[in-house]
Amino acid sequence: MTSHCAILPIFDDDEREFALNDYEAGMPRWCPGCGDHSVLTAVEKLLVAEQLKPEQTVFVSGIGCSSRFPHYLKTYGFHGLHGRALPVATGVKLHRPELEVFVVMGDGDCCSIGAAHWIHATRYNMKMVALLLDNSIYGLTKKQTSPTTPQGFKTNTQPFGTPLPPLNPLTTTLGTTNVSFVAQTAEWIPAHLYATIRAAYRHPGFAFVRILQRCPMYTEGLYNETVKNPGMVELLVHDDGVVPPEIDKIYTNRITHDPSDLDSARRLAEYSDRIRLGLFYRNENRARYDLLVRPPKVTSSERIALLNEELDHYAI
Amino acid sequence: MTAAAALLERDVPVATRVLTLPEHTIEIVSDSGEGAQKCGQIFGAVCAKMGNGVWTVEIIPAEIQPPPRIAEGASGIRIRFATGPVTNWGDQTDLVVAFNEQVLVGRHLLGALASDAIILLENSWASNPDPDIKAAWDQALAELSGYGYRIIEVPMEEQCLTVDDNPRKGKNMFALGMLAYIYDRSLERIEEQIAYAFRRKSEAVYAKNVALMRLGYGWAAANLDFRIEIPTTPPQQALVVMNGNEALGMGALASGMELCAMYPITPATSVSHYLAEVFRKFGGILHQAEDEIAAAGVAIGASYAGKVAFTITSGPGLALKTEFIGLAVMAETPLVVIDVQRGGPSTGLPTKVEQSDLLAALVGQPGDAPHVVMAPATIEECFHSVVTARQIAETFHTVVVILSDANLSTGVQPFPRPQLRKEWLAPELDLSPVEEGRRPYEWDPRMGTSTRPVPGQPGGMYTLTGLSHDEASKVAYDAGIHQHSTTMRSRKIAVLQQTLLRPAIYGDHEGDLLVVGWGSTKGAIEEAIDRARAEGLHASSTHLTFLSPLQPGLKEIFSRFRKVMTVEINYSDPPGEPFITEENRRRGQLAMLLRAQTLCDVDCWTRVPGEPLRPGLIHAAIRDATIGLAGGRA
Ligand SMILES: Cc1ncc(C[n+]2csc(CCOP(=O)(O)OP(=O)(O)O)c2C)c(N)n1
Ligand code: SF4
Ligand SMILES: [Mg+2]
Repeated sequence: MTSHCAILPIFDDDEREFALNDYEAGMPRWCPGCGDHSVLTAVEKLLVAEQLKPEQTVFVSGIGCSSRFPHYLKTYGFHGLHGRALPVATGVKLHRPELEVFVVMGDGDCCSIGAAHWIHATRYNMKMVALLLDNSIYGLTKKQTSPTTPQGFKTNTQPFGTPLPPLNPLTTTLGTTNVSFVAQTAEWIPAHLYATIRAAYRHPGFAFVRILQRCPMYTEGLYNETVKNPGMVELLVHDDGVVPPEIDKIYTNRITHDPSDLDSARRLAEYSDRIRLGLFYRNENRARYDLLVRPPKVTSSERIALLNEELDHYAI
Repeated sequence: MTAAAALLERDVPVATRVLTLPEHTIEIVSDSGEGAQKCGQIFGAVCAKMGNGVWTVEIIPAEIQPPPRIAEGASGIRIRFATGPVTNWGDQTDLVVAFNEQVLVGRHLLGALASDAIILLENSWASNPDPDIKAAWDQALAELSGYGYRIIEVPMEEQCLTVDDNPRKGKNMFALGMLAYIYDRSLERIEEQIAYAFRRKSEAVYAKNVALMRLGYGWAAANLDFRIEIPTTPPQQALVVMNGNEALGMGALASGMELCAMYPITPATSVSHYLAEVFRKFGGILHQAEDEIAAAGVAIGASYAGKVAFTITSGPGLALKTEFIGLAVMAETPLVVIDVQRGGPSTGLPTKVEQSDLLAALVGQPGDAPHVVMAPATIEECFHSVVTARQIAETFHTVVVILSDANLSTGVQPFPRPQLRKEWLAPELDLSPVEEGRRPYEWDPRMGTSTRPVPGQPGGMYTLTGLSHDEASKVAYDAGIHQHSTTMRSRKIAVLQQTLLRPAIYGDHEGDLLVVGWGSTKGAIEEAIDRARAEGLHASSTHLTFLSPLQPGLKEIFSRFRKVMTVEINYSDPPGEPFITEENRRRGQLAMLLRAQTLCDVDCWTRVPGEPLRPGLIHAAIRDATIGLAGGRA
């Protein structure tokens, strides 16, 4: 059982074994065919594989279709405000470093209203998994332009076509100081999705995964071609990368990319004709804010003694 | 020849007259960056330690580095000290040390100086080679000579240059020495205090500052013909002396909270400066977030996962935290929000006091978001309010907003040393399993409260949501559930209200006028009431610590007075202004609240002067308000 923190393992001699139904909660209410279903399946598989204790695991989300995610899990969850999942997750992790923290965000959530938090969470590099469920649209509020909506795509707020080219979440994250893990995967390739989320979970820092997600309701057709034609996908491969063997035969376009090479990662992350999936960057030696600011444990009596000393300085 | 110049010509010590007075108010004013505040802080601390009642308040220009030698740039400190307790900054200054004549003019124009004020004025400007400066000096002195001030010119720069070649750095200690002589302060204590103030500097810095201080002392002894004695009464109990922001920070330490998330904003920031120094060794984390929204989110995330956390801000930051405060109310996540108010709206008067955030704090959140708002009135209450706020937030799983202000933030006052208690500290997290079948929002109709499982507790897993939810925290759009959960969130506040004490009345329990205040104005209001009562007016006052919920008994208390009037540092239309009628008059924020809650015709007297209210002005307002009331003048 993996625990990244040595503080207080609560059930040291925990004999429990967790099966899928220990994590599943209720029927997801996403549209049929929505890519969010596959992400949930992959995450549940990870929870079982890593045997994460449901009570020690927290899923934090914002607001959006994708942010319903925590409701469908029997872990602790925090379905907070639109755009503000990362600050909440930061608070959880700072105060309770022994908890396993996952963050689930939509593209509006992360890259628009929550963009400031995204940049700073990347720089804080605290141990957590951040999943960007990017359907290139505002789903919950019914088809408004998101920062990642393709140029020309017609939405309810830009019915004559989105005027600007889309923001690139990968290059933005890779451009942020202290970035430590950036990967891209697609929900319609379950093996790749799972392997990527698992690598993210094992990363000792802020692991940012952009998941290309289909929204049959509002961006129908956006990925039709890509799903049907594996030739439109290019996999980043490397011994240190994420390459599930199951898809070897299907996805044959490959680029060898060493995930420790940030310059190359930034170049490869630029939009191109093909969609690039894989691990762009990983650096396990970046400064980690959660470790740097962790205070000592102090008992009540110690606190009172310390405060009395403090008051002595101000005593008359 | 000026009086001081005449004095300087003598080489024998002058005959000294000693005036004994019950209290004195002094100011040290300078361009910003000349250390006047440090001088005053040291002097104030020594007065307190020797057994005077003390109140100090900083005079802060709006700009960080205003141009030198301008009236609006006056930066400094006022210290009011007395044989008895002092609860506010008073009316006018009796003695001023001014480092240039322009900042002195600034104080004069604001009416800060008593008509017979003694002024110790740096006179190097009189012989400045720059003709403009010389002319400005002449003009200022001509202007000031028309009042009753006693201006004593002091060659501060000339004297300081004998110790330090940068006179801008030394005058404050020279001034401290002069004050130490005038008020006969213990040099040993002054030096102790200098050592503390410069504890992070080298021994040489300390030695130089002491030398400058002693120089000022010696100069004053040789040249001044008066001393002033404010008799001290050695404290009967252990006291501590600090400013309101330090008290808030220490209150947080005493409350056992372990995480503070903030974004810098005047005048709240110095709470975090204080915490930044010490919090870690108390097991705490001070997180400077990327903005105020994030700060609120981090605090709420931490509270959700464990002990109550807090965030510190001022008005503009409170606005940004609004949505998160609503979430904390909805999700019943405890949270303490400290708002050190400044002048508003918008960026407003960042360094100046105002009490204009009351309504924003009470009802600023969209939707129905009942929560607790309280306001410390003294430095001591700043300390205790944080302990209380943490306890209320945890007991009722709610948000508690503490409204302090710029007056308390830098005001320094001695108060009884808190006798720390273990019960004040947040208890260790209970991570024991949640009993089977227990749901996170099983509202107890007697309290309105619910369970609040914490991550780590087996069996307690739930997903907190800001959407309307049922007892199991399942999203529910059912009208009945929304009605019920909204009722429960409101009930908690009613239950809390029933545990609160009736507010104390200062003065008689019935009479002509009841003044109602909240927050930092307490000392000034009570002093004004004393003065009014001494003249025979039937006026009393009461001061509210809780603004939401309001303390019990208000309606009944109000009914015993012919008139009820709030005194607040926020805006209200003065009656008689153009266009203002009884119908359209905008009233003070507490007055609006009290009118709505009690259906009493609560009047208000409010001002937004960018400085604490002077007791003399409140006294005048009380006089006006009592004219024509049946009891009238005795
Ligand atoms: C402060 C605030 N502004 C706007 C909204 C409305 N809103 C809810 S979700 C959403 C966008 C959802 O898009 P995205 O984040 O991409 O998530 P998706 O639904 O596509 O998964 C918006 C604008 C809100 N809930 N809160
Ligand atoms: S609207 Fe789109 S993103 Fe939302 S649930 Fe339906 S398919 Fe999924
Ligand atoms: Mg989206």
